[in-house]
Amino acid sequence: MTMMKRVESVDELKALALEMREDIVKMICAAGSGHPGGSLSEVELLTALYFRVLRHDPKNPQWRDRDRFILSKGHGAPALYAALAHAGYIPREMLMTLRKLGSPLQGHPDKRMLPILEASTGSLGQGISIGIGTALAAKLDQLDYHTFVMIGDGESQEGQIWEAAMFAPFHKLNNLTVIVDNNRQQLDDFTDVILSLKPFAEKWKSFGWNVEEINGHDFGQVIPALESARANKSERPTCIIANTVKGEGVSFMANNVKWHGVAPKPEERDAALKELEALKV
Amino acid sequence: MNPTASMKATTTKFELKMGKATREAYGEALAELGRKNPNVIALDADLAKSTFSATFGKEFPGRFYTVGIAEANMVGIASGLALSGKIPFASSFAVFLVDKGYDQLRMCVAYPHVNAKFVGSHGGISIGEDGPSQQSVEDLALTCALPGFVVIHPADEHSARALVHRMAEHVGPCYMRTGRAKAAVIYSPSDTFEIGKAKVHGDGADCAIIACGFEVGYALQAQAQLEEEGVSVRVLDMHTLKPLDDAAVAKAARECGAIVTAEEHLLDGGLGARVAQAAAKSHPVPMEMVGVRDTYAESATPEQLMEKYGLTAPYIVQAVRDVLKRK
Ligand SMILES: Cc1ncc(C[n+]2csc(CCOP(=O)(O)OP(=O)(O)O)c2C)c(N)n1
Repeated sequence: MTMMKRVESVDELKALALEMREDIVKMICAAGSGHPGGSLSEVELLTALYFRVLRHDPKNPQWRDRDRFILSKGHGAPALYAALAHAGYIPREMLMTLRKLGSPLQGHPDKRMLPILEASTGSLGQGISIGIGTALAAKLDQLDYHTFVMIGDGESQEGQIWEAAMFAPFHKLNNLTVIVDNNRQQLDDFTDVILSLKPFAEKWKSFGWNVEEINGHDFGQVIPALESARANKSERPTCIIANTVKGEGVSFMANNVKWHGVAPKPEERDAALKELEALKV
Repeated sequence: MNPTASMKATTTKFELKMGKATREAYGEALAELGRKNPNVIALDADLAKSTFSATFGKEFPGRFYTVGIAEANMVGIASGLALSGKIPFASSFAVFLVDKGYDQLRMCVAYPHVNAKFVGSHGGISIGEDGPSQQSVEDLALTCALPGFVVIHPADEHSARALVHRMAEHVGPCYMRTGRAKAAVIYSPSDTFEIGKAKVHGDGADCAIIACGFEVGYALQAQAQLEEEGVSVRVLDMHTLKPLDDAAVAKAARECGAIVTAEEHLLDGGLGARVAQAAAKSHPVPMEMVGVRDTYAESATPEQLMEKYGLTAPYIVQAVRDVLKRK
């Protein structure tokens, strides 16, 4: 089995992240609807996963031993689709068919239309439970693949998250890692205004998880955190709280709740692309 | 989540005048209720801007709770408020409110029969691009399976507004489905509506089309088209699915001898199934049913989806032609 080649250079990863941001802005604009804010906040985390940390092979997406990645916050699908395109799972041109009739790139991840996805998501709160299932199966089958699940901070208000949070440490699922895209916003407002999760890290710790808090846009922190979770030798699952900025990379989207679920108009797309272009070295 | 999409069928000459989305009318009616009754409380699960409960929230911040992304908790809280004499209106997308809150709707609301009101927006597949995870095609069947519930699915802004007021007056649990897209204007602000009483359009006696929600607009287009073909039909806007207007179904069956139903919902347990049950008891006649057939839809524009899944006026016209052959 050939594995996906790891990208060792951080500069190269940064360049990939920028291209994915451009793709996200373009594809949501072309679709005319979608969720730019929570897609842009995921980018470094997905880049590090797909080009550095995950054991996977785009030529063999159903490989038994592949690491599993489940996007529980399904509305962030554009970032995942961009990562899958850059990794070679789907053609990059396909990105512009997002949300169009017949496209494999549905508004939220849809396994019927794109079978390489690990799960169909879009109703928040359910991804960790699915990840527990795949992690349990790995233990049962004595396989050494790792399961990563990405959730949102707003999503963490769902009760099922905490049912799952209780289960995984009890069953010593050290082959499971939850990544929280902690951009501090949800749909209607900032999470601290709607229903605060504080003290967030302490909650996970008290449920029995290894918890690490990082800057989710800094590869210098993202890569070591994901790699050590992947190599976890303790008896606990890992929760990485990645502090991020919703809309990161585009000044007028960053930290602005308006951009949760609105597509940029062509002028706004062009303004965003100009800013991203200026970030290129 | 933007209110610009509209539900215009493309293939008939009878043009519908588009008005507000029923979800927007819900927000306005809720604010009207808030002004009349200090016991009206609104709750939402992080979709207040989309369900338009935010319209109430802006005016009455002290009586408005956004509970977070926690639908089951919201339904339970509504139950407790109702048990304490408040009139809670809890809203979210239909699919999250009903599917995630179902055990709570059953145990905390239907079973003890408390006076709580629930409004699920973004019903059906006409929400478009967000895809099946956000498209509710089962909420009407699920809520009709809650004993003692009133279940309402209005066709336009005026009926929605009036029926929100009827829900508040009714003592007991209620569910209303609203839509995301702009809805055709079918009524005027002075039209009156009663829970459980169908609105009848025309007196055609070849066939009755019984519809709810957006399908009422399509049914009226089908009626106009069929008229040109020399087939005279009447349209029943069955805005209340439960309690169903059994008398209106019996009368339509007796006088027309054929029924077509149309709903933006799975055919399992929705309007068609309920009308068939009523007609079977009173006056069985041949029936055809327009609705979503045992599948989840997909992402696309509202118009494309209504077309692809067979819910627009031409499909109703065809269903009438089919049922007439069996008369
Ligand atoms: C169960 C459920 N309730 C409501 C929604 C509607 N919704 C979509 S995204 C969102 C906010 C999510 O916030 P968060 O998890 O923090 O994600 P992010 O801020 O990264 O977009 C909501 C309420 C949903 N998809 N699922």
